[in-house]
This record gives sequence, structure tokens and C-alpha cells, in this order.
Amino acid sequence: MESIVADSPASAGRPGGGRRPSALLRAVPAVVVLVLLAAAPFVLAPFATTVLGRILVFALFAVSLDLLVGVTGLPSLGHAAYFGVGAYTAGIVAINVTSEGVVLVLVAALAGAVAAAATGWLAVRSSGVFFLMLTLAVGEIVYQLSTTLDSVTGGSNGLYGIPAVRVGGTALTLAGYVYWFVLAVFVLGFAAVWLVSRSPVGGALRGIRDNEPRMRSLGYSPFRYKYAAFVIAGAVAGVAGGLFAVQVRLVTPSEAGFTTGALALLAVILGGAGSLWGPVLGAAVVVLVRDALGPTLEGHGPLVLGIVFVLAVYLLPRGFAGLAGVSAAVRRRRSRRTP
Amino acid sequence: MTAPLLSLSGVSRHFGALKAVDDVTLDVPTGARHALIGPNGAGKSTLFKLVTGSMPVSAGTVRLGGTDVTGLPEHRRARLGISQTLQHSSLFTTQTVEQNVLLAAQRRHGSRASLLPRRQTAARERVDGLLADVGLEHRRGSPVADLSHGERRQLEVAVALACEPRLLLLDEPAAGMSPAESARLVELVRALPESVTVVIVEHDLDVVFALARSVTVLHLGRVLLTGTPEEVRASDAVQEAYLGTGRESLFTDTAGPAALGVG
Repeated sequence: MESIVADSPASAGRPGGGRRPSALLRAVPAVVVLVLLAAAPFVLAPFATTVLGRILVFALFAVSLDLLVGVTGLPSLGHAAYFGVGAYTAGIVAINVTSEGVVLVLVAALAGAVAAAATGWLAVRSSGVFFLMLTLAVGEIVYQLSTTLDSVTGGSNGLYGIPAVRVGGTALTLAGYVYWFVLAVFVLGFAAVWLVSRSPVGGALRGIRDNEPRMRSLGYSPFRYKYAAFVIAGAVAGVAGGLFAVQVRLVTPSEAGFTTGALALLAVILGGAGSLWGPVLGAAVVVLVRDALGPTLEGHGPLVLGIVFVLAVYLLPRGFAGLAGVSAAVRRRRSRRTP
Repeated sequence: MTAPLLSLSGVSRHFGALKAVDDVTLDVPTGARHALIGPNGAGKSTLFKLVTGSMPVSAGTVRLGGTDVTGLPEHRRARLGISQTLQHSSLFTTQTVEQNVLLAAQRRHGSRASLLPRRQTAARERVDGLLADVGLEHRRGSPVADLSHGERRQLEVAVALACEPRLLLLDEPAAGMSPAESARLVELVRALPESVTVVIVEHDLDVVFALARSVTVLHLGRVLLTGTPEEVRASDAVQEAYLGTGRESLFTDTAGPAALGVG
């Protein structure tokens, strides 16, 4: 009896134990990237640090969209609505109530989740072109509201005068501290989406993406899972919006507009839909071309983005993440040959 | 007499003027090994869809274990214990063999609603067992896209069994399988406990007569005959349904002559 009890955890642990070294090895690049990102303010000029912060904000937004597009198979055109709702909410709270960072992030997440819960109830019941159109409509409604509700949003002038974010009562005025705040929230947001995508629910979402009728016949209710994904993606997009308000301290209607959503979609496709880390790289390319390269090109940044997009679709059909997939496929083919 | 597990009464499905399934009344007792046969277009697959709920009935009621499930959506019926394999492979093609079965298995193991990664030990053990049963344990890490047709059919069976069904509907499970593979399938279905009721649609009558203890013959959406395999083999009406009358049989039915050969 005793030997069985002693034996069973060991035998159960064996497959996991065999995987552990490789899992640790796989975590190494993530840790290296994290350390480099954390050290960036020491090395980079303030302007470059701010650009890096913008990349992180946009990357978190793209990651939340990837949960919908890549993992669940719901291509949303209006995802910027929840980014905008989060940004405006955080901005308004910062101006009128408190600019405590934790509070801003939480209210932005809540606002994004509530907005997604209210609009997703209908949108998620549709699919294909109808889903595209419904999400586009939601995005346009939020954009129109942000331009017309002058008293709340500041209309087309934008919401300005957002005070510097505070952490534990101290205002963060230096670009480096703001960047670290953004980085910390980015890491938490990314980890949340990554955990969801690796969870049993994430598996079910991929199942729905691949074969929704089959999931139904296995006893899953696709609506519930899609709705949950939509709300989670809305919450994370809200957080990204809140970070935007914290970092830029100016929120304009275009943040909630179609272009923002389309650029995020571009980042997702450029990086590789469904991989989560790919869209982070995609977001980096998008922001670099638009914000860093754009001014030197006399406003032709979008043109460059268009060319990058066309090239990416032809050369990297699965985005940057597809490049990692190539080496994995080669390894698999080799291992299949050896036995 | 216990109540039949699956009970259809007056079930019909019309597509415009076409009566694909026409007033079918059928009782399948618990633990049955029941086969549905009939020429192409007899309404076998449509009848399966009406049972699973992927298609609504035009008329009639479907009862599972005595409860009326006619109004329930497909996923609710699946949770009551209906599981199926489909005529055309329906798998999650971008995912691995293991993930496919795990998706079906995890629904039964309480962890499906978890938003955090889980080890899912119980569900994974079940997956291991099922993959060994269908002979795919060496393919567990392969993407479904790499599998042969026969292997996909085997995987379908593993996915269907992972739901731990009370009622297992197999729609042409042996189609495209090699003789060795279909022999393995027959063994697997035979080894299922009596608590699992099996209804099978199959054109390979060797498989049908190896598995089934009762057979229903459908023709043009109607039940032609329900009986033991021996009665069905001996029936003139069945032979006529498969052959048709006159020369139109040459054009309407590919399975007919083969069926006759066995009968």
C-alpha cells in the first residue's frame, strides 16, 4: 500500500519532470527580453524610452486583439472602441478623482470589460461578415460619441490636462519612471492573456476557432466561451487604453477610431496571429514606422506600413511567429526521420 | 422492461417537398448495438443529426433516457451523454492528436472552465488510455493535418469516446479504413461496456453484422424493417430497397450490389 502511495506521485510527475528543463529553457528568452526592457531607461535617451513605452502600450492592445483574432478566430474591426473607452475613463478619473496608477489601471480594465460585455452580447452571436460589420459599427459609435460628447471627452480637441500618474502618492514625472510603470502593467496584462490562452478555456477557444460545430457536438456552448474571450479582450484593451492615457496624457477621438483598430490588426497579422508574442513584435514595427520613421518621411509613414504589410503577407504568411515555427517544423521532420 | 435509452416517435424532417426523414419511430434500448442501414439518401445521416440536435426536427419527439430532448440545443444534448463521429472527418486540424482528444476529455473533468493553465492529470490519463485503445499513442504529438485518412477516422472514435457517452452514434466509422484498421475498430466497439449504447451507420456490412445485434433498414426516409441481422438478411423487402426495381438501380445506388453480395 505504502509503495503505491509513494510511487504514484513520482510516476505522475515523470512526464512533467521530463518537460521541465525544456520549459525552463523556453523561458530564458522571455527573461532576457524582460531584463533588457527593464534596463532600457538606463541606456536609451528619454525620447527613445517614451517610444518604447508607446510600443508596449500598443503591444498590449495588439495582444488583447490577438486573443480574439488568433486564438478565438473572431476578427474584430472595432476593438479600438474598448481601447478608447479605457483611455477616456482613465483620463477622466485622473483629472477628477485620483491619478493613482493602480486605480487608473483597474477602472480602465473595468470600463473596457463593461463596454465589451454590453456590446459583445450581440456581436459574438454573429459570425463572419456580420461579426466584422457589428464590431465596425460599435467602433464607429464609440468614435462618434467621443467627438460629440464635448463636456465629457473634450470633443475633437481631445481630453487634455491629465495629471501625471502617481504611485503610492508620488507623481511620476520622469519618463523613465512612467516607462517602468507601463512595463510593469504590460507584463501583468500579457501574462494574464498568456495564461488564459494556455488554460483549458484557451484550448476550447482554439477548438471553436478551428471547428465550432464540432465543439457544439462535444457539449461546449461556443457562445459562452466566445463571450468570455470578448470580455477579457475588452478588459485588456481597456488597460492598454488606460496606459495610453497615463503615458501620453492626452486622449483624442482617433484613439477609439477605425485607424487604431486597423493598425492593431496589422500588428497582429504582421506578428503572427495566435502566438501572442508575435503581435508584440508587430506592434513594435507599426509604432516605429508610424512614430519614429513617419516624421522623417513627411507623413508618408502609412505608405511604408502598407508596403511592409504587403511584403509580410507574401513573405511571412504566418508573421514573425511563423519564422519560429519553421525551425520547429524542421526539428520535427528530423526527429521523425531518426526513429 | 426499462425505458429505452433513445426513443424516437414520429420524427420527420422535410426539406421543402423532400421528406428526408419521414415519420420514423424507433426505440433503442440501453446497451444496444444497433445498426442503421439503407441505400444512399435513405436519411441515415439526417436522422443522426436530428438525434444530436445539429438539425431541428420538422415533427416528432426525441427522448433520451425518458426525458424529452427535442427542444434542447446540440451542446445540451451532448452533455446529457450523446456523442458522435461524423461521416466526414470533423477534427481540429491545426492541433495535435493529443489536444483533440483532450478537448473532448476535459469537459468531463471539471477543469474546462478554468482560466488558468492546469495539469489536468485525470483528463490526460484518459487521453493516454484512449489513444492506446485506438492505436494512435505513437502519434500523440502530431498535428492532425499530418494524419492519414484512416488515422483520422481512429482519432474521431477516440474523440467521441472521450466524452464518455451514454449514446454513441457512429456515422460510417469504417469508411476509408484498411481491413486491419476496421478490424481494430470492431474490437474497440465490442469492448465497450454495456452502459454505452451504440448506434452505427455503416455501408460495410461485414462491420455491421460483426457489431450489431439489431438492425433497422431505412429507405426513402422511412423505416422499412427493424429486426435481428438474420431477419434483415432474409428480407425480400430489404433486397428490393437496395436493388430498386428495374434499371434505375444502376444509377441510384452504389452500395446496393455489395450489400446484396453479403446478404
